[in-house]
Amino acid sequence: MLAHAIFFYFFSILAIFSALMVITSRSTVNSVFFLILDFISVGCLFIMVGAEFLGMILLIVYVGAVAVLFLFVVMMLNVAQQKQSWFVGQKSTHIPSGLIVSVLILLELLVVVGGWKYKENIMSSSNLVIDTSTTNTHSIGSVMYTDYILYFQLSGVILLLSMVGAIILTYRKRENVKTQSYLKQISRDKASAVMLKDVEFNKGVKIDD
Amino acid sequence: MEYLNTLINEIYKILFLVIPILVSVAMIVWLDRRVWGLVQKRRGPNVVGPFGLFQTLADALKYIFKEIIIPASANKTIFILAPIITMTLALVAWAVIPLSETLVLSNINVGILYLFAISSLGVYGIIMGGWASNSKYPFLGAIRSAAQMVSYEVSIGIIIINVLLCVGSLNLNDIVLAQKNLWYVIPLFPMFVVFFISALAETNRPPFDLPEAEAELVAGYQTEYSGMMYAMFWLGEYANILLMCAMGSILFLGGWLPPLDIYPLNVVPAPFWMIFKILFLFFLFAVIKAIVPRYRYDQLMRLGWKVFLPFSLIYVVLTASFLLYFDKLPKGSF
Repeated sequence: MLAHAIFFYFFSILAIFSALMVITSRSTVNSVFFLILDFISVGCLFIMVGAEFLGMILLIVYVGAVAVLFLFVVMMLNVAQQKQSWFVGQKSTHIPSGLIVSVLILLELLVVVGGWKYKENIMSSSNLVIDTSTTNTHSIGSVMYTDYILYFQLSGVILLLSMVGAIILTYRKRENVKTQSYLKQISRDKASAVMLKDVEFNKGVKIDD
Repeated sequence: MEYLNTLINEIYKILFLVIPILVSVAMIVWLDRRVWGLVQKRRGPNVVGPFGLFQTLADALKYIFKEIIIPASANKTIFILAPIITMTLALVAWAVIPLSETLVLSNINVGILYLFAISSLGVYGIIMGGWASNSKYPFLGAIRSAAQMVSYEVSIGIIIINVLLCVGSLNLNDIVLAQKNLWYVIPLFPMFVVFFISALAETNRPPFDLPEAEAELVAGYQTEYSGMMYAMFWLGEYANILLMCAMGSILFLGGWLPPLDIYPLNVVPAPFWMIFKILFLFFLFAVIKAIVPRYRYDQLMRLGWKVFLPFSLIYVVLTASFLLYFDKLPKGSF
């Protein structure tokens, strides 16, 4: 139990520290690195409470794919050091909208933490049995594709829509770009590629006709 | 006190896993260079020790005594962290690889997801090293490799789904035991080929070694690294290759199971089969390095997204419908 507590406090302190560093760090790339650290420590916390499937999926999806794209974008765009801040220098114009969002999140957190008081009542009033014999991968799978199949499909469609939207917004058809057609390259044969010509002396041949 | 005992016991077990892996990585580098040499009608390393076996140890010794140079404009912390991360991730993943039914450090429920997660983290070592060097070639190499590794992970993930459909469990031991009658390399042969090629791309091996293409990028993300830090990148890379071979042999070649459950084959201890299969896959890696020219970058991306991804998706549908139609879906023990 002691070891459990030590690991729990280690990962939770790491999670809070890195979350703080994400918003206070000056360099955007460092922010992304701290975000990754945050994801990893939260994933470890998931694994500690026994939700190993969620923890691993968090690692694969967020750390393995999403954060790589974040890093990619931040590095490619070469976002300069953040000069705007709360008190020093030029005032940021994003502060009002940020404030609104953070107040909303604070309210939500208050609801969640306040609801914690009634957790016992809910646990005792529900007549669901907690089955400890199945792994949580099996139990998630058995409800996700049966009871919640519509929501699951719906979220898939939303993701697909956002992908199509992003492609439509950024896609430009460029003119005069040389492209390769693999079919054309493979289907070239000797007859169409090599010609034998009698060349007249001092006249030469015309290429490309 | 009891807790301390468990801790010491675990550390002892971890050391017994890590040291053989490091030694076998050294041997595998020798094997790689030797096969490479033989294919090209050269001798390869054959001077240090018997058959040149100690060549890698000599190289490692050389790297240790070389000076570590950190570029003045580099981001020092991340620059030093990058090779450490590569090396650690490559070793950490071995915790779940079963060498036999009992010879495994931790037999977790989501073993294959753990392997997949760790191998998808591998990109960070490269991208951090490339960015922190603050120089053009490493940066281009890192960007290339980030895109390459992320794209091929997608097809590896879908190939894993194929295998999982047949097994019905994420546990690596269950995956091996499900192949007792038939190795998955036979029914899922196309997936095995795609997995093998994706593993080449995932570990930045030729013909997909674009992140370190000498002709274009000097040495890619490793350009600014020297001495021990370079050696760590290098060891991590080979440990990753071994890991991919282990993954391939667990998913498709029946892990520690003998090919046939008959007399002379089933008395050979299970770890030997596992090691033999890893070595076989590594031999293929080494031969392919020697005989295939490097891909162009756009061809690499086309192969990943337009060929492998649709193909493995179609194969998932095929496998699932086959299992459903013939009522072969794993019922499992749950």
